[in-house]
Amino acid sequence: MKDPIEVPNNNAFKVLQVQGISKSFGSNQVLRDVSLDLNKGEVLCLLGPSGCGKSTLLRCINWLETPDAGSIRLNSKRFGIHKGGAKMGDSDLARMRAKIGMVFQHFALWPHLSVIGNIVESPIHVQKHNKKEVHKEALALLAKVGLQDKADMYPASLSGGQKQRVGIARALAMKPDILLFDEPTSALDPMLVGEVLEVMRGLADEGATMVVVTHEMEFARQVASRIILMDSGEVVETGHPAQFFSAPQTVKAQQFLTRYHQRG
Amino acid sequence: MNLSDFVIVWQQYPAIWAGFVNTVTLLLLAGSASLVLGIVLTPMLMSKRPVIYRSIGFYCECMRCVPFLLLVYLIYFGLPSFGIQLSNWVTGFIALIIYNSAYMAIILRAAWQDIPQETVEAGKAFGLHGNRLLKRIIMPLILMRATPMIGNQMTQILKDSAFLGIIAVSELTAVMNAIQATHFIPFASFLSAVVLYWLICLVIEFFTLIFTRYAEVRRA
Repeated sequence: MKDPIEVPNNNAFKVLQVQGISKSFGSNQVLRDVSLDLNKGEVLCLLGPSGCGKSTLLRCINWLETPDAGSIRLNSKRFGIHKGGAKMGDSDLARMRAKIGMVFQHFALWPHLSVIGNIVESPIHVQKHNKKEVHKEALALLAKVGLQDKADMYPASLSGGQKQRVGIARALAMKPDILLFDEPTSALDPMLVGEVLEVMRGLADEGATMVVVTHEMEFARQVASRIILMDSGEVVETGHPAQFFSAPQTVKAQQFLTRYHQRG
Repeated sequence: MNLSDFVIVWQQYPAIWAGFVNTVTLLLLAGSASLVLGIVLTPMLMSKRPVIYRSIGFYCECMRCVPFLLLVYLIYFGLPSFGIQLSNWVTGFIALIIYNSAYMAIILRAAWQDIPQETVEAGKAFGLHGNRLLKRIIMPLILMRATPMIGNQMTQILKDSAFLGIIAVSELTAVMNAIQATHFIPFASFLSAVVLYWLICLVIEFFTLIFTRYAEVRRA
């Protein structure tokens, strides 16, 4: 038993609680009994080899994939299933999803909307906030990601790094309780990775609650409050970055880090 | 055939103009109605419920396999036997819409199947669902993608309208047919009609180009 004072495990502080999630696609089990939770202001980095289930886990968190087993709670409210055990309808799911900001690997901006149109879409049409205020906030968010001059451009004319920064601004505009990043820099030119990571680092410093699926080890080491390593759909190791990178506990974590260091 | 034949044809310009206006009116009204109905039918074609997508799919398949001329006959002779009396013009207009809505729906479905899944998923992830997701994200994406095909279908509607002379709708072809029958100058009459159809097609192509340019900026 750990000293109870050391661990602030009061569930009231938990923004996200994932318990025993499993998911299969056909005969291929992608997630096996994955559990994790997240306090307000924490940055959780999910590491692991490609195909280990990180992205699927992220997609289960906002119910874009329906888990086969387990539960997900956002601010203690069960996702996807009502108290009586009935499945949530589309409108209830949508309402819960609007509290989660998601940043996609391939940006997934809406190409028919301008940059600012992408950002105000959900606040205006889902959250029904005041148009003028939303626009003002959207411009401030664009300034924050360094794209204030691109408000009226269309996504097709932006670089990958710019697209992803718009993607982040779009997620922030909903004032979500938690931000999910699904390999936000994997589709980017190496030259453009830095600008996106810099924005994410800024968010972490401001105290945003984030789950980041990434292959950027340096970012994870510096920014994460906690690291989770996954392999074959299971959580292999959980730890503070300082400990994870310098003294990994499990053999799989050691192998993973060795491979990473060899690759340079 | 000589040049004076054309002079005879064009001396009938009030009739030709009336036919031309009638054809353009049919095109504009039936074209926009077909597009709107196509937009309504497409989500049904993509529905998850078998009853819905099968029945709408069956309708589209039927329209795709029936020659337009026969459809016009069926409606023209069929409606009165159900006790429905409509003017020839309205009958022709309805035939154009019934036929081309199916084509529009098929065109839009193809565009739907082609849009990147992630952009639709992003809509869901950001709390859009149902009709709002359709209206705000899916349909605009589809229309941007399908612009050139929609323009192409408009030229098809224009050419379909030329059949309506057989139920005595006095559109351009019918008018030219009347002129050639009266004055025995088929070549000059029909060639004049072709030139006028070609002019309308040029205008359709011009607008298609403008819309396509508009859409190109707005698609991935």
